[in-house]
Amino acid sequence: MNIHEYQAKAILRKFGVPVPDGHVAYNSAGAREWAKRLGDGPWVVKAQIHAGGRGKGGGVKLARTPDEVRNISREMLGMILRTHQTGAEGKLVTRVLVEKGCNIANELYVSLLVDRATSKVTVMASTEGGMDIEEVAAKTPEKIFIETVDPLVGLTAFQCRNIASSLGLTGKLVSKASSLLQGLYTTFVACDCSLLEINPLVVTAEDNLLALDAKFGFDDNAIFRHPKIADMRDYDEEDPKEIEASQFDLSYISLSGNIGCLVNGAGLAMATMDIIKHYGGDPANFLDVGGGATIERVTEAFKIILSDKNVKGILVNIFGGIMKCDIIATGVVAAARQVSLSVPLVVRLEGTNVEQGKQILAESGLDIVAADGMADAAQKIVAAVGSDAK
Amino acid sequence: MSILIDKNTKVITQGITGATGLFHAQGAREYGTQMVGGVTPGKGGTSIDGFPVFDTVKEAIEKTGATASVIYVPPPFAADSIMEAVDAGIELVCCITEGIPVLDMVKVKHFMKGKKTRLVGPNCPGVITPGECKIGIMPGYIHKPGKIGVVSRSGTLTYEAVWQLTSLGLGQSTCVGIGGDPVNGTNHLDVLRLFQADPDTEAVIMIGEIGGTSEEEAARFVKDYMTKPVAAYIAGVTAPPGKRMGHAGAIISGGKGTATEKVAILRECGISVADSPAEMAQALMKVYKP
Repeated sequence: MNIHEYQAKAILRKFGVPVPDGHVAYNSAGAREWAKRLGDGPWVVKAQIHAGGRGKGGGVKLARTPDEVRNISREMLGMILRTHQTGAEGKLVTRVLVEKGCNIANELYVSLLVDRATSKVTVMASTEGGMDIEEVAAKTPEKIFIETVDPLVGLTAFQCRNIASSLGLTGKLVSKASSLLQGLYTTFVACDCSLLEINPLVVTAEDNLLALDAKFGFDDNAIFRHPKIADMRDYDEEDPKEIEASQFDLSYISLSGNIGCLVNGAGLAMATMDIIKHYGGDPANFLDVGGGATIERVTEAFKIILSDKNVKGILVNIFGGIMKCDIIATGVVAAARQVSLSVPLVVRLEGTNVEQGKQILAESGLDIVAADGMADAAQKIVAAVGSDAK
Repeated sequence: MSILIDKNTKVITQGITGATGLFHAQGAREYGTQMVGGVTPGKGGTSIDGFPVFDTVKEAIEKTGATASVIYVPPPFAADSIMEAVDAGIELVCCITEGIPVLDMVKVKHFMKGKKTRLVGPNCPGVITPGECKIGIMPGYIHKPGKIGVVSRSGTLTYEAVWQLTSLGLGQSTCVGIGGDPVNGTNHLDVLRLFQADPDTEAVIMIGEIGGTSEEEAARFVKDYMTKPVAAYIAGVTAPPGKRMGHAGAIISGGKGTATEKVAILRECGISVADSPAEMAQALMKVYKP
């Protein structure tokens, strides 16, 4: 789960991490009012969407007067912001963050994440603030500094000093950096983050440190113990089909192709997308119905797949282990009837009670193409969709 | 022979009075596994469908002589259950539970340092030595005793590989589902080491997916140390970056962990990589003659 920048900064503020003074606004009059309340300008108006690269797309602007804050906000609110992360369709801006500007002397980078190799939280810092960190890692890996945190003792004072020193900070900035890093680590653990990235972390002309931008990734598995964070979820930022799927415990991800997939198991679901591509087709989605799929869930899965107007055919690929093939077949037939299926449907069943399952499909009177094995299934759906398009 | 488990393995189920735990304990017992009891705090002294229930893992081991444990406890409590089993000194823990917070697993890994227990999972189908012992949720009947080791991050994709092998008449020594989480107990490399040392495993199928570098590390081990043929399949060539593909660990982040990159490294290390998931057994047959 992701959150907006203004929400991220509110969390950081709570944990004592210095961030610029600012406030979210939903209309231009409110933005102007907040600018005045924040004190002397200049101010920065920042469009709040869940995507990076906002500055280049015109989503971050400097204002010298409260009236200018209002005018800029008026332009931004309601605009479709396109960045390299939003794709061509862009994102609608419904709120802006009005923030006090600061005098930037230097831009740094710091992030925390769970490192899979060490199974520990890792702090990553770099002198190359404001840059894309993947690019820095690829081109100048010597400019990235890493400290691995022992889960028992936490981020230690000496590790913080090491990072500060690597970043070239001296004097009072060392203790300021240490306190900021401790705050970030406390935030990371307290909020069950999967990623916490401050880019840039700025050194101001007044020798202060400020988290100028903040990006949080939360561990979806841990959201249950953070109801306040769960409340920050902005449904407007997510694919409506993915939201609906999550309500039925279906793991669904929308893709750009035209062959809908309904599979049990995440690995098999990915493999099914791959084999469609292997035979020249293009998957429309990832969908894992899970191990305990009921008729209701299969029906819901069909509805979600078909709500994607690009879908020209559906491939059902089930390896029934605990889940019995006859149950799945019954679900598929019921779902196909309920949604009045009008696109080609190829079903591959294997595993427990496979013969009964195939019989149910055959006797349903529905136009269902049965397949033997994944290769056969993929070839059949690719052929069916291909001939349909002609 | 086999790895991790065999006909002498005695198994307890943590969370046995839950619907899932009981269902799979019964399934494993029907398969012939020595399912010797279970643990549910607060229900010690009772029994369920013939399984004695204990309050603690420690007590269950003392009374039953269990050597392995399988966990079906809900995610908020599963990390504690793993640590309880580790503390009781059991040899093997298979954690089937999906959805354990990552930072809980970071603590578990730290807790396990210096302890003798091996953890498989979490978020995994379990481990099976066909014809001898089944610990977990996999359908037993698709397996056949034999000489091929299988290791995988994914459940149903493992069944797919096993089914392809069995259909070709190739049995399996042991199949290990290591799970789809980013922080887990046993990785591909650990299992390859065990297969290499097992005299009854002649060849291995390794199934991986996007995210992390577990497959790459295993591939380097294959190149440097393995004398047995290895075939592989990596799922997620078509997965978009930044999206979590069902498994918490299946995510391409920062351009790292792509399937294409993994396949290239595996091939460099002499592994026969299947182009499609329908060809996992054939990929093995290219490098292995039974």
